[in-house]
Amino acid sequence: MSGTHAPTAEPSYLVDTGTRTGVMAWLTTTDHKRIGLLYLYSMMTFFFVGVGIGVVMRLVQLTTFQKLVTAQTYNALFTVHGVIMIFLFVVPGLPAIFGNFFLPILIGAKDVSFPRLNLASWYFFIAGAILAVLSLFTGGGAPDTGWTFYAPFSLKTGTNVSLAVFAAFVLGFSSMLTGINFITTIHRLRAPGMQWFRMPLMCWALYSTAWIQLLATPIVAITLLLVILERFFGIGIFDPAKGGDPLLYQHLFWIYSHPAVYIMILPAMGAISEILPTFAKRPIFGYKAIAYSSMSIAGVGSLVWAHHMFTSGMSSVATMVFSLLTMIVAVPSAIKVFNWVSTLYKGSIDFQPPLLFALTFIFLFCIGGLTGVMQGALALNVHIHDTYFIVGHFHYVMFGGTGMALFAALLYWFPKMFGKMYSKKAIYASWFPMFIGFNMLYFGMMILGMMGMPRRYYVHLPQFHTMHVIATVGSWLLVLGLVMFFAALIYATFKGEKAEDNPWGGVTLEWTIPSPPPLENFDVIPTITRGPYHFEQEEHR
Amino acid sequence: MNETLHSHEAHIEHPGYGTFIGVWLLLLLLTGCLVGLSHVSQSYAVWGLLTLTPLKAGLVFYYFMHLKYEGPVFKVVVLVTLGTLLIFFALLFSDVAFR
Repeated sequence: MSGTHAPTAEPSYLVDTGTRTGVMAWLTTTDHKRIGLLYLYSMMTFFFVGVGIGVVMRLVQLTTFQKLVTAQTYNALFTVHGVIMIFLFVVPGLPAIFGNFFLPILIGAKDVSFPRLNLASWYFFIAGAILAVLSLFTGGGAPDTGWTFYAPFSLKTGTNVSLAVFAAFVLGFSSMLTGINFITTIHRLRAPGMQWFRMPLMCWALYSTAWIQLLATPIVAITLLLVILERFFGIGIFDPAKGGDPLLYQHLFWIYSHPAVYIMILPAMGAISEILPTFAKRPIFGYKAIAYSSMSIAGVGSLVWAHHMFTSGMSSVATMVFSLLTMIVAVPSAIKVFNWVSTLYKGSIDFQPPLLFALTFIFLFCIGGLTGVMQGALALNVHIHDTYFIVGHFHYVMFGGTGMALFAALLYWFPKMFGKMYSKKAIYASWFPMFIGFNMLYFGMMILGMMGMPRRYYVHLPQFHTMHVIATVGSWLLVLGLVMFFAALIYATFKGEKAEDNPWGGVTLEWTIPSPPPLENFDVIPTITRGPYHFEQEEHR
Repeated sequence: MNETLHSHEAHIEHPGYGTFIGVWLLLLLLTGCLVGLSHVSQSYAVWGLLTLTPLKAGLVFYYFMHLKYEGPVFKVVVLVTLGTLLIFFALLFSDVAFR
């Protein structure tokens, strides 16, 4: 791939060059890199609020702290924890941060197709977040339905469900607009010679994600509007007392929300596909298989939604159909894992912090994925549905998967984004409490689920207490690791050593431009003559 | 220039009022059929809605929304979208029809 260095005299995107300076320059920016950072800062803030709520929920399960919150507040806590973590952290997730920052650079463009729409997306995101926060303190108080807002309870409860679902509706616009922007950017702004199969795999992941964002989000948006209409006008579409069908709500909700799981995980997989070749110093194994698997995950993953509803009372024909489809979606995910492992095989491994977190992703995602396949089996699902096993499973996928991949991506691209290098020792030190605490917490939850502990319960029976204590201590270790991790990165932002342009020896386009990148990325748009992962040629140079 | 030519060609192919009125009358007839079927029984009403409504939507797409005069790309995009919707309906019916 022939890249071109922008002249070092070109100021970086972090320098205000327009008519506005300071905070106003950031709030009115249309630069994709700055918008990526706006998402990073806002999402990390929400993430730590979500973590704080999670820790309080764990403390409630210790008898000593039982008086900390009431049962009603506990219901509000798990709802708000879910809403924040799903809608404000993992759904925007990697596309909003790294997609915005790196997609144009990876395809050799100066920006996304619609820069102003990109900024509007961030404002929709913030507006949705503000509405979500307002819903906690206005009306009947924080919603107590769980993040899924299941009917008919969400139609009847006196808590402020209407504003909370409207917040999710607004957040959906942010997601859809980002999707449109990324699809158009990939179709129209690829550099000369950047054919589809010369794109880095992160772009394929973002492309398949963008299609899900665009096609699935309107369904949940309309569904949530129907909930509001039902609450205000009693239209009766989901209310069984009026001839409505509460299962229809679950269908419509999961038609979006299961593909949303892939919105969360596909870009994470894309980042891993960038990191592994760089640190194995060899081309990714099975490039086309990984690219196609991203698209097939997006496709087949949109057809498995009702596996969330096996115990809801839907027909046995549907349970069998969706059980089969669920098994099928495991295939493209497995293709990726096998290809990642094959990439590492006989590679010239350069063990660095991003690789450590990428390997952690693979390990934890495999546990999360395989326990997901378990639940696809009807006979097992009916026993563990709505238990702590489910909570443990999806935290392995969402946090162990998307979360760890986000951390890996942050470590990988941090030197490029900020032009600073972090302390590798501090990151390694943070990994140990994070990894041990994570497994104590979420594997502990899976054991609790197998023992029969239901999810969302304020109190528990004595036989579950020991595992609850282990899980809670794990949550403390996990938080310790997170604090160490982010402290190291924040310190590096201010006091870190200057990073090289290409500290890891990467071969994709972002490593051909200065760190941090100049405002328009490339002074001359590069011409691409080969695929993205050609390390052999690098050695011959 | 190409766009101008394209819109000019589309203008030439623009159907007369007769076609529009004919399609409109057909739509009215189909609506009448649907209303009639809904009075026969609920299953007739459901199957009527499932078959005649897409036909009505297709006529609107084809004539009133000018899909007939668009290039193959537009037609494929609309077909893929409707196909996707059909798959969702089919999967939903695996529940509703056998509950």
